[in-house]
Amino acid sequence: MHPKAIDWIIMGTYFAVVLGIGAALKRSMRTSTDFFLSGRAMPAWIAGLAFISANLGAQEVIGMAASGAKYGMATSQFYWVGAIPAMVFLGVFMMPFYYGSRARSVPEYLKLRFDEKTRGLNAITFAVMTVFSSGISLYALALLLRLLLGWDFNTSVSLSALIVLVYIFLGGLTSAIYNEVLQFFLIVFGFAPLVLIGLKDVGGWQGLVAGLHTVARSRGFAPDAWLSTWGVMGSPHENPMGIDWFSMAMGLGFVLSFGYWCTDFLVVQRALSAESMDAARRTPLIAAIPKMLFPFLVILPGMIAIAATVHGGASGLTLPRQADGRLNYNMVVPLMLGRYFPNGMLGLGLTALMASFMTGMAGNVTAFNTVWTYDIYQAYVRRDASDAHYLTVGRVATVVGIALSVAAAYVTNRFNNIMDLLQLLFAFVNAPLFATFLLGMFWKRASGHGAFAGLLAGTAAAAVHHGLTLPAGAAPGIKGGWIAVMHLYPSPMAQNFWTAIYAFGVCFLVTVGVSLATRPRPERDLVGLVYSLTPRQRTGSARWYRRPAVLGACVLGAAVVLNLLFW
Amino acid sequence: MGLDIRIPVGALFSLLGLLLAGYGLQGGAALAQRSLGINIDLWWGAVMAVFGAAMLLLAWRARARARSR
Repeated sequence: MHPKAIDWIIMGTYFAVVLGIGAALKRSMRTSTDFFLSGRAMPAWIAGLAFISANLGAQEVIGMAASGAKYGMATSQFYWVGAIPAMVFLGVFMMPFYYGSRARSVPEYLKLRFDEKTRGLNAITFAVMTVFSSGISLYALALLLRLLLGWDFNTSVSLSALIVLVYIFLGGLTSAIYNEVLQFFLIVFGFAPLVLIGLKDVGGWQGLVAGLHTVARSRGFAPDAWLSTWGVMGSPHENPMGIDWFSMAMGLGFVLSFGYWCTDFLVVQRALSAESMDAARRTPLIAAIPKMLFPFLVILPGMIAIAATVHGGASGLTLPRQADGRLNYNMVVPLMLGRYFPNGMLGLGLTALMASFMTGMAGNVTAFNTVWTYDIYQAYVRRDASDAHYLTVGRVATVVGIALSVAAAYVTNRFNNIMDLLQLLFAFVNAPLFATFLLGMFWKRASGHGAFAGLLAGTAAAAVHHGLTLPAGAAPGIKGGWIAVMHLYPSPMAQNFWTAIYAFGVCFLVTVGVSLATRPRPERDLVGLVYSLTPRQRTGSARWYRRPAVLGACVLGAAVVLNLLFW
Repeated sequence: MGLDIRIPVGALFSLLGLLLAGYGLQGGAALAQRSLGINIDLWWGAVMAVFGAAMLLLAWRARARARSR
C-alpha cells in the first residue's frame, strides 16, 4: 500500500474540515449545557446519525468484518437481534423518562429515581469503561497508522489524541456530534465500493454463495453455515460461533443488547441532545434504519474475504496467517483496502477508518467529561459553583480524559487481549444495570437500597460465573476459570452471553427481594420517573411517520423481514 | 445550532468528489487495473460530488426559507 500525494490531500481536507467545525462552533459554547448537551437543540436526524456513529468505532469496523469472515452471516445478529429491538424500546418506552426527567446523564437519572449511592457506583464504573473504550480506539488507530503509513506508535498516538482534543475542547458535544455525522457518511462512501469491487472479485452474489459453501464444507459444517442466522442455531455444534438459539435470543438479543443500547450514556447522551421530547424519542428509531443495513457494509467484506481466501477469486486476494498458522481475521479491512483501492480511493478509505477510530474515541471522551463533571465533581467535590466554573471543569476533564485514554492505549499495547477484558466489562457493568433500569422505570416499588444491592450482586454474579467457566481451548486466567473450571463453553461468545444472563438474573432477583424488604420512595417523588406514575406522552406532531410508536413498529417489522430473509 | 451540519458535509464531499473524479479522469486505465477494471476514482468521485452538491443545495434552501419567514 503506497499512499501518493492525492491520498494525503484527501486526508488533509478531512482534517481541515474537522478542525474548522470546532473553530466555527467555539462561539456558540457559552453555557455548560451547550458544551455537554449541545444546548438540547439537535434535530432528530442529526442526533440519530450521531447515535449510531458514536458506536461505530474500531471494534465495530475492524471487528465486524473479522467476525463476518470467522462466523459468517450469523454476525448480523449483532444488528438485527442485538441492536434494533433495544433501540426501538429505548425510543418508544424509555426516552420519555430520560428526557422528561431533565436528567443530564444516565447516573443522574439513577440519583433522581433511586439514591446517591446507586448513582455514584454507576458513575465510577462508567467513567472507567469509557476511558478503556477510548484507549482501545486510540490504540487501533495507532496500529493502523503504523501498518499503513509506517508512522511509529508514539507519533500516531499523540497526533490523533491532539486532533480529538482540539475539536472537543473547542466545540464540546456539538463538535463531537457533527464529526460523528461526517464520519457516518465517510464510512458509507468509503466502504460501499469495497463491497462492490469485492463482490465482482468473487463472481457476484452467486459466486459468494458458492465460495461460502466451500468454506463451510471445509470446516465440517452444513453448506449454509456461513449464510444463515437462526437456521444453524439448533445446537452450538451446527454453527462456527458455538451458540444455540436460546443464548442468542436471551444473552445477546435481550440482556447484552438492551443493557448496552438502553443504559450506556455514550449513546443515550446523543438522544438527550435532541431539540424536543419527540425528537429525542425519534433519535434511536431513525438510527435503527441505517443500522439495519450496516451488516451489508461492514460484515459482507469479511464474508467476501474468506470466500476469496478458501474458494479463490479473480484477484487472488488471500487473508494472511498469524504466527500460529491461523487466519488473521483482523486484517480483512486493511487487506481489502490495499488490494482493491487505487490511489485516491485509498485515501478515502484510510480517512474513513481514521475518522471512525477518532470519533469512537471522541464519543467516549464527551461521555466521560459529562459524567465526571455532573456526577462526580458536582456531586462530591463542589456542589454550588457557577455555570462558568463547570464549563471550565468540563474542558479540563476533556484534557484529563484524553490523557487517560493515551495511558489506556499504552496499556492496551502491553496486553494484547484487553479487547476480551473490555467485552467482559460490558457483561459485568451493563448487563446488571439493565435490570436496575427495567425495575426502576416500570416498578414503582423498587427502592434505592434494592437497586444498589442488586447492582453489586449482579456484578458479583458475573465475576463468579466468569471465574467458574472457560471457553474451550483457553487457559484459565483472564479468559475465565480463575476460581475453578466447572463448565466449558464452546466459544468465548457463548461464555459472554451466559455471563450477561446470570448478571442480569441475579441483579433482577436481588433488587426485587431487597426492595420488598425496604421502604419505597413516596409516590409523589417518582412522578415523571416511573411508567405507572407518569401521564402518557402526547405526541406533538400529527403526521403518522413522525410518531414514535408507528415509526418503531415499522422499524421492528423491517428487522423481522431481514431475519426471515437470512434465516 | 450556530452551524447547519449540511454545510460542512456538503463542502467536504463536493470537494473530495471533485478531487477523486479529477484524479480518476487523468489516471485512466492504468489506475483502474487495481479495482478490477472499474475506474472507481472517477465514478465514485462523481457520486460523492453529486451527494455533496445536494447537501449544499438543501442547506441553501433551508437558509433561504428561514430568511423569507
